[in-house]
Amino acid sequence: MKASRLKGAALAAAMLMGTMPAHADLTFPMLSYRTGPYGPNGTEFADGYADYFTLLNERDGGIGGVMTKTPECETAYNTQKGVECYESTKGDGALVYQPLSTGITYQLIPKVTSDDIPLHSMGYGRTSAANGKVFSHIFNYPGNYWDAASIIVKHINDQESGDLKGKKISLVYHNSAYGKEPIRTLEELAKKHGFELTLIPVDHPGQEQKSQWLQIRRDRPDYVMMWGWGVMNQVAIKEAANIRFPMDHFIGVWWSASENDVLPAGAGADGYKAIAMHGVGSDYPIYADLKKYVVDAGKAAGDGTKLGTVLYNRGMYAAMLAAEAAAKAQALSGNKDITSADMRNGMEALEVSNARLAELGLPGFAPEIKVTCANHGGPGLGAIQQWDASAGKWSLITDFVASDRSVLDPLIAEDSAAYAAENKITPRDCN
Amino acid sequence: MFYREAGDFKTTYAKDQQIFPIALDRWAFRLLLAFAFLVVPFIINDYWEKSVLLPFLVWSMAALGLNILTGYCGQLSLGSGGFMAVGAYASFKLSAAFPELNLFIVIVLAGGITALVGIFFGVPSLRIKGFYLAVATLASQFFLIWLFNKVPWFYNDSATGMIFISQRDFFGIQITGAGAQPWATYLFSLSVVTIFAFMAKNLTRGRIGRSWMAIRDMDIAAEIIGVPPLMTKLTAFAVSSFYIGISGALMFLIYLGSIEPTEAFGIDKSFLVLFMIIIGGLGSILGSFLGAAFMVLVPVLLKNIMVGALGWPADLAAHIELLLIGALIMIFLVLEPHGLAQIWRITKEKLRLWPFPH
Repeated sequence: MKASRLKGAALAAAMLMGTMPAHADLTFPMLSYRTGPYGPNGTEFADGYADYFTLLNERDGGIGGVMTKTPECETAYNTQKGVECYESTKGDGALVYQPLSTGITYQLIPKVTSDDIPLHSMGYGRTSAANGKVFSHIFNYPGNYWDAASIIVKHINDQESGDLKGKKISLVYHNSAYGKEPIRTLEELAKKHGFELTLIPVDHPGQEQKSQWLQIRRDRPDYVMMWGWGVMNQVAIKEAANIRFPMDHFIGVWWSASENDVLPAGAGADGYKAIAMHGVGSDYPIYADLKKYVVDAGKAAGDGTKLGTVLYNRGMYAAMLAAEAAAKAQALSGNKDITSADMRNGMEALEVSNARLAELGLPGFAPEIKVTCANHGGPGLGAIQQWDASAGKWSLITDFVASDRSVLDPLIAEDSAAYAAENKITPRDCN
Repeated sequence: MFYREAGDFKTTYAKDQQIFPIALDRWAFRLLLAFAFLVVPFIINDYWEKSVLLPFLVWSMAALGLNILTGYCGQLSLGSGGFMAVGAYASFKLSAAFPELNLFIVIVLAGGITALVGIFFGVPSLRIKGFYLAVATLASQFFLIWLFNKVPWFYNDSATGMIFISQRDFFGIQITGAGAQPWATYLFSLSVVTIFAFMAKNLTRGRIGRSWMAIRDMDIAAEIIGVPPLMTKLTAFAVSSFYIGISGALMFLIYLGSIEPTEAFGIDKSFLVLFMIIIGGLGSILGSFLGAAFMVLVPVLLKNIMVGALGWPADLAAHIELLLIGALIMIFLVLEPHGLAQIWRITKEKLRLWPFPH
C-alpha cells in the first residue's frame, strides 16, 4: 500500500511538471482564453489563429515544408495563469508568443527577452515596445494603442471640421493597464487640440456600468471613446443606447469592435463606430480555402460559423503575420527548422506588401507592413469601421490613415527611455 | 510501534516544549527542510519555480497570516487581497525610494507598514463580530484597491498604473527581475517563509497565541479572566497583516515582478486565502501550508493531467477543472470539516496505536 502511495506521489509530481513533447514541428503556442468574462472574445481570436495554421498545414504542407502546431494553454485572461502557461510551453520549441492580454504581455516582456523568444502583442501591450532599440524581442506591429487614440481623435476632428476647441470627449476605459494605456496620448492630444478630456474608469469585468453612464448623461460629452474588452463592451454599448447617446459619436478601440459587442444592443447599436486595424467581413479569397481545407474537412477549431467576424479575422491576421515572419526566418537562416532566435530575426525583417497580401488571398485586407530594427510598431495605420445593425455587419467608412507621429514619437521615445534606464538596458545600435 | 512518545525522555524544559514531541516527526521535519533547502535548489527549473513553488510559498505566507487572524483569533476577514496589495505597494515604494536597501529589510518593512494598515482596519473588530466584521474588512479590500488605482503617487506615475521591479541583488545574487536564477528566488522565498512560519508557530504556542485563542473561543469569558480584548484583537490584526503584507511583497518582488492591483489582488484573492485556511484547517500552521498547496497545486495538477496527459481541449479542461475543484472542496468539507490538518492529526493518532488499535 505504501508503495502504491509512493507511486501515486511520483506520478503526481510528474504531472505537475507538465509533458514535454518532441519538437519537430514549428510551434506557435497559444496562450488563449475561452473561459471567463473575456472568453467569447478570446475564443474567436483563438479559432482564427488556429484555423490559419491548420490551413497552412492542410493546403501547403506547413511553412516551407515544415508542419506547424499550435498547442493551446488556457489563461482565462489571468496573469498568473498566463505565466504558468508561458513557463510550461516555452520549453517545447516555442517560436513566438501572442498572449492577447496586456497584463500578460507586461508580465512576459522581461521574461521573453532573457529567454530569447519573440513576443508579438498585435495592437495591444506596451506601446513603447514600438521602439525596437530598447525592446529587442517585443513587437507590436501593425499599430498600437497610441496610434488608435490618435486616429480616433483625428476622425473626430474631421467630423467637427477641424475644430475641437472646447469640445468634451470622455474616455470609458477598462480600469487596468490595458485601459489606462491611451490616457497619456489623449492628454497630449487634448492639449494640442484644446478639447476637454474626462476619464471614466470601469472596473473588471465591467458588468455594472450604471454610474459611469449616469455621469456621461450628466456631463453630456460631445464624444465618447471606449477602451473596453469582453463583457464590458456589450454593457457599455447597451447603456449608451439606453441613454440615447448618439451612436456615431461613440467610438471604440479595435478591441471594442466585434460582433459580440454590438449584437446584444440590437438596433440600439446602429451607427456605433470603432477603429479597425484590418478589413472586415469574409469577402476575401482566403475564405474559400479556409472553407474547403479547414471547415468542410472538419478540422476547424470552432464550429465554423465565426468565419469573417472581426476577432476571427484578427486571430487569422495574427497567425498570418507569424507565419510570414517564420517564412522570412527560414529564408534568413537557411534552416527549415528555425529557432526562436531565428524567428525574432524574421519578425524584425518582416515585410508584407500589398502584392504579398493579394497572394495570400487577402487583397487590401490590411496596410502594408515593414518592420525594422528600430521600428517594431509597424505603420500604425487605422481605419474607422461602423456597425450597421439592420444589415448586421461592419463596414469601413474611411481609408487607413496615419496617426499623429509628431505627438506619438516623443512619447514613445520618453517611455522607452524610462524603461531602458530602469532596467539598465543599453539601446541597440540599429544601423 | 515506531511512531510513539514512549521512550523519548524529556529531561529539560526546552525539550518538553519542543514543537515536535515525537522523535519520528522531528526527523521527518528535518529531512523535509533539508530536502527543501539542500536538494530542491539543485533540481529546480523555471517551470517548477514560477508555476509551482513560488506561488505555493507566497500563498502559504498569506494563508499563515489569515490563519492567525481567523483561525487563532476568530476574526473573520475578507481583506486579505487588499493587505497583500499594501505589502506589494509598500515594497515597491521602498525599493524605488531606497534602491540600495537590502531586499529582506524591504520585505520586513513592507510587512510592518501592512501591520499598521491592518491595525487601522482592525479597530472596528472591537465592536462588530462575525459576518458583520467580514463585511467591514471587505470594505478595506475595496478601498485599498481603489486607492492604489486612483492615486498616482503609489505607482510612481507609471502610464499604465502598474508597478514594476527591475533587477535587484541580495548579497550579490540577483533575485528579482528577468534573468534571476530559479534557485535564488526559490531559496530567498523559502528562507523568508521558513523564518516567519517558525515565528508564527512559536507565537501561537505562547502567551499571545493563547490569548488569541481565548478571545476566539469566548470573548466575554476571556475578558473576565483578564485577557484585554483591545490589545489581543489588535495584535492579531497586526501580526496577521504583517504576514499577509510580506506575502504580497514576495508576490510582487520575487514571483511576478510587475503587478496590476485590480487583477493581482482582487476580491477573489481574499476568498482564495480564506478557502485555503478553511480547507487546510483553521488554527493550524500546518493547515495553512496544506491549504495553500491544495488551492495552488491541484489546479495545475488537474490541468496537466487533462491537457498534458489526456490531450483534452484547453477550454474543456478549464471548465472541468473548475467543477472538480469545487467538488473536491465540498467533499473535503463534508468528510472533514476541520480541514486537511485534522486528517493529518487523525492519521497521527492512528499511527501511534498501530499495529494494535485496541
